[in-house]
Amino acid sequence: MISPRDYTMLGLNEEEYKKILDILKRQPTPTELAMFSVEWSEHCGYIHSKKWLKLLPRKGKYQTLIGEDSGGIIVGDLAIVFKMESHNHPSQVEPVEGSKTGIGGIIRDIFTTGARPIALLDSLRFGSLHQPYNRYLLTGVVDGIQFYGNCVGVPTIGGEIYFEDSYRGNCLVNAMCIGVVKKDKLVRARAQGAGNLIIYAGASTGRDGIGGCSILASQEFKASEEKRPTVQIGDPFTEKCLIEATLEALSTGHVVGIKDMGAAGLTCATSEMASAGNSGIEIELQRVPRREANMQPWEVMMSESQERMLLCVKKDKEKEIKDIFAKWGLYAVAIGKVTDDGIVRLKDKGNTVVEINAHALTQAPLYDMPAKKPLHQDELNSLDVSKIKEPSGYNQILLKLLGSPSIASKEWVYQQYDHMVQTNTVVLPGSDAAVIRLKNTHKAIAATTDCNGRYCYLNPYRGAQIAVAEAVRNLVCSGAEPAAVTDCLNFGNPKKPDRFWQFKNCVEGIASACEFFNVSVVSGNVSFYNESPKGAIYPTPSIGMIGIVENVKRICTQNFKKEEDVIILLGVTKEELGGSQYLKEIHQLVKGDCPDLNLNSENAVCATALEAIRRGYVNSAHDCSEGGLAAALAECCISDKENMIGAVINNLNFNMRKDALLFGESQSRIILSCSKKVVSKIRAIAKKHKSPYSIIGETGGKNLIILNKEKKIIDLPLELLSQKWRNGLHRYIRGIEDVRDIRNLSS
Amino acid sequence: MFKAEIYITLKKTVVDPQGATIKHALESMGYRHLEEVRIGKLITMKLAFDDKKKAEEEITGMCKKLLANPIIEDYRFKIEEAR
Amino acid sequence: MKFGVIVFPGSNCDQDCFYVIQDILKQPVKYIWHQDTNVRGFDCLVLPGGFSYGDYLRTGAVARFSPVMKSVVEFANKGGLVIGICNGFQILLEAGLLPGVMLRNTNLHFICKYVYIRIENTETPFTALYKNNQILKIPIAHNEGNYYIDEKGLEQIHRNNQIVFKYCSKDGIVRKKYNPNGAMENIAGMVNSKRNVLGMMPHPERSAEKILGSDSGFLIFQSIIQWLKDK
Repeated sequence: MISPRDYTMLGLNEEEYKKILDILKRQPTPTELAMFSVEWSEHCGYIHSKKWLKLLPRKGKYQTLIGEDSGGIIVGDLAIVFKMESHNHPSQVEPVEGSKTGIGGIIRDIFTTGARPIALLDSLRFGSLHQPYNRYLLTGVVDGIQFYGNCVGVPTIGGEIYFEDSYRGNCLVNAMCIGVVKKDKLVRARAQGAGNLIIYAGASTGRDGIGGCSILASQEFKASEEKRPTVQIGDPFTEKCLIEATLEALSTGHVVGIKDMGAAGLTCATSEMASAGNSGIEIELQRVPRREANMQPWEVMMSESQERMLLCVKKDKEKEIKDIFAKWGLYAVAIGKVTDDGIVRLKDKGNTVVEINAHALTQAPLYDMPAKKPLHQDELNSLDVSKIKEPSGYNQILLKLLGSPSIASKEWVYQQYDHMVQTNTVVLPGSDAAVIRLKNTHKAIAATTDCNGRYCYLNPYRGAQIAVAEAVRNLVCSGAEPAAVTDCLNFGNPKKPDRFWQFKNCVEGIASACEFFNVSVVSGNVSFYNESPKGAIYPTPSIGMIGIVENVKRICTQNFKKEEDVIILLGVTKEELGGSQYLKEIHQLVKGDCPDLNLNSENAVCATALEAIRRGYVNSAHDCSEGGLAAALAECCISDKENMIGAVINNLNFNMRKDALLFGESQSRIILSCSKKVVSKIRAIAKKHKSPYSIIGETGGKNLIILNKEKKIIDLPLELLSQKWRNGLHRYIRGIEDVRDIRNLSS
Repeated sequence: MFKAEIYITLKKTVVDPQGATIKHALESMGYRHLEEVRIGKLITMKLAFDDKKKAEEEITGMCKKLLANPIIEDYRFKIEEAR
Repeated sequence: MKFGVIVFPGSNCDQDCFYVIQDILKQPVKYIWHQDTNVRGFDCLVLPGGFSYGDYLRTGAVARFSPVMKSVVEFANKGGLVIGICNGFQILLEAGLLPGVMLRNTNLHFICKYVYIRIENTETPFTALYKNNQILKIPIAHNEGNYYIDEKGLEQIHRNNQIVFKYCSKDGIVRKKYNPNGAMENIAGMVNSKRNVLGMMPHPERSAEKILGSDSGFLIFQSIIQWLKDK
């Protein structure tokens, strides 16, 4: 007899249980109940988010592919497949294994389509580095990413790392992967053709991460103690072998469909492949290779053991496929077959333990959640700038901002990642967007991840639009035309109306900006319940965007290249302090409205920069973001340690607070540098696109000097700027002495 | 003075990819009687204590706080007087 | 000149090496699976970088027992050219084709970045086209690049002039501060006493095209081709 306690422990409510009884016309078996609980959870079923995700545009300037586990675009004869996914809760509990398995999972989502994974990016957020546990998380997550990514041979080329108190107790680890395949070699995650075989391939099945999906991802963090046993362990060596074996198997043409086993392992793979193929699947559970004794059917179905794939193979081709996996040291066992009755039927030693209609399993009941603007929102958005004392000197402020971990150089992190393997990385980490060439073509792919959670907290709709706009801006600065988006939406508990209000507004913001820039949202992930006893995280809709570089010889990076180059500022600087890093770091205030955004202005500025770069006129391009104009200029000067070039910015003439001028985060601004002889050409392009344009200074010397109305407001030697920026993150990492305090998890 | 040998091993329920790979490698080199291979760490230390119980308490504390990751590892140790 | 790129389970840079040899140098090249023992007909064997067998137990320790390695040793003993890059170098050390061992980087982290190395010996098939003390800009990407050899061994490799590359500054100064991983005497690459086997930690296949940031490593492959032509 199933009691209410049984199904509520698994995360199902009374109404959902009634629906199950209605579908089955009988009580579910324990295994069936467990399968419903995971398929109908937030992670697999998107039960609270699906209705809103429909707003996101699926059409854009390139032909869109929407697959079962990921999506992509067609460029020429190639399909570029990409997706971003979260692994927040496991990483908070066990940062090394959590991030490792996050990387492993996202890579599988890509190569399961037949695409070879060619790049990884990571969007990470932690609490302040003043707390030992957050330092432990940072070093653990970076260690996990480097351990897995380096071994598996996929370069980690970019990403972002932010540190905000709101992520204390609930870090964010969003991993993005990009893969490429000839468009006619794409494979779907479908089981089709009655009589065809279902083959299990990869590592054996153990009790790893049982219920990780429904238990971890669908509830808030309370005391994390009880969650620990559900952590999965990743093995990148097996994954590397799995990539090669899978791609080899797919090249035979005998594989009808394939899916990776990720969250809720075999449960998701069987039910979703059957449902997507409008077929049924019959599995003999005792055939599943196991690494532990006495596993119950529900344990086999719920296991989240890593590095496993499920294939649908033509009925007489079993040996050929098995031999390929065996060559790479991996299991490949026929565990069942495709049927035509639409039923997922699981047998254990002859006894039927599961018999459910595939569509019923995968069509989770969806919910319409109430949304309510938080009571404090108006108060949060009111900022009386006159009460903010202007500092007496700005040099120290710039140094402090450059040294703040969110802005500081991330070199300490990305030098632990192999970002060059596969010999495609033509713009390395450390610039606005990394660029990966496509061998044997003239083209390249640029990629970036962006989101300022603080902006989204102050203004979810516009903050989310800004995340998209910033991604666009970063891509054009590398010389790429924005093409398509994957998103990873990180929010608090959707059952709380104020959190849901944030979610709904962010999705609307993303939709409006993507429609404007004509970029489709091809894939994505939703992570709810990102809360700790201290409260919800900032709404953080991470945007992963790729762009296409038409000619790989016309790419651009952010550092000044030569002395006596002209420095141009595209865009408008407004007196805006709300939501700025300056306001937070120097005045300890998170208040006001996020910066303004005019999509038309953004488009004008980006179109100008892109055309100028494509024509070969631009020596460097860098957008203004956190830290404002001053931080961006400093980065242009010091990004290349071996070729640091100063600047004299002597043509600013603003009647505004100087701290707003230097550190305000007005959007839609790009700094270009070029040789004197092409200035007029760039001016003409700006005029054509109606972009605001002004020459603000010249490169040269060993200092960054900024004047406004001929009065010096910044004068700093490059060596000092570089030292602060390059040590900003590393100085917090004191090493193993922090581990002392982490065991009691008092974060 | 006491000397200790501390063994840090993966918990029984945690998969050991290193161990599995090494088992495979040994088998392909001709070693046929292997049932299971698992890999752990050996840490040796000398402690300046007069009282054995105090030394044991100290080591237990170290294991719990730093040497073993309680999520995936177990610890055990041997302790004897150093001559 | 036929090149063979050996592929172990876990090799990552095999395709990168293959690409440089086939598409940039336009030479015939084939993959050799680690279970293949036939290396007849090849002029130069490449052991590429990566994480063979996950680097489990000790890096290169398991790969060295692959069936193909017996043939590689025979091939090298007969004078055939062998180049081991990064993990390939580590495998050659475990196999005894080169003396010494790789320890973990002193900072205990994986390091991926451009470094400068200085040519110490141009009288090898791998460096003949370089000038003595020429400086190369070339990337490293490894966890274990800290080369160690005992006193006796160090004496011997000095005597035989086996050191080929040393980590240095942009201007060619060999000093501890330009040593990224703690390797003894800043050793980044070396040959055996017969000079037909090269092991190097930096990745020449990542430094063979200007578009990737540097093409300093290109001449290593060219030197091999030239030497084989002259033979």
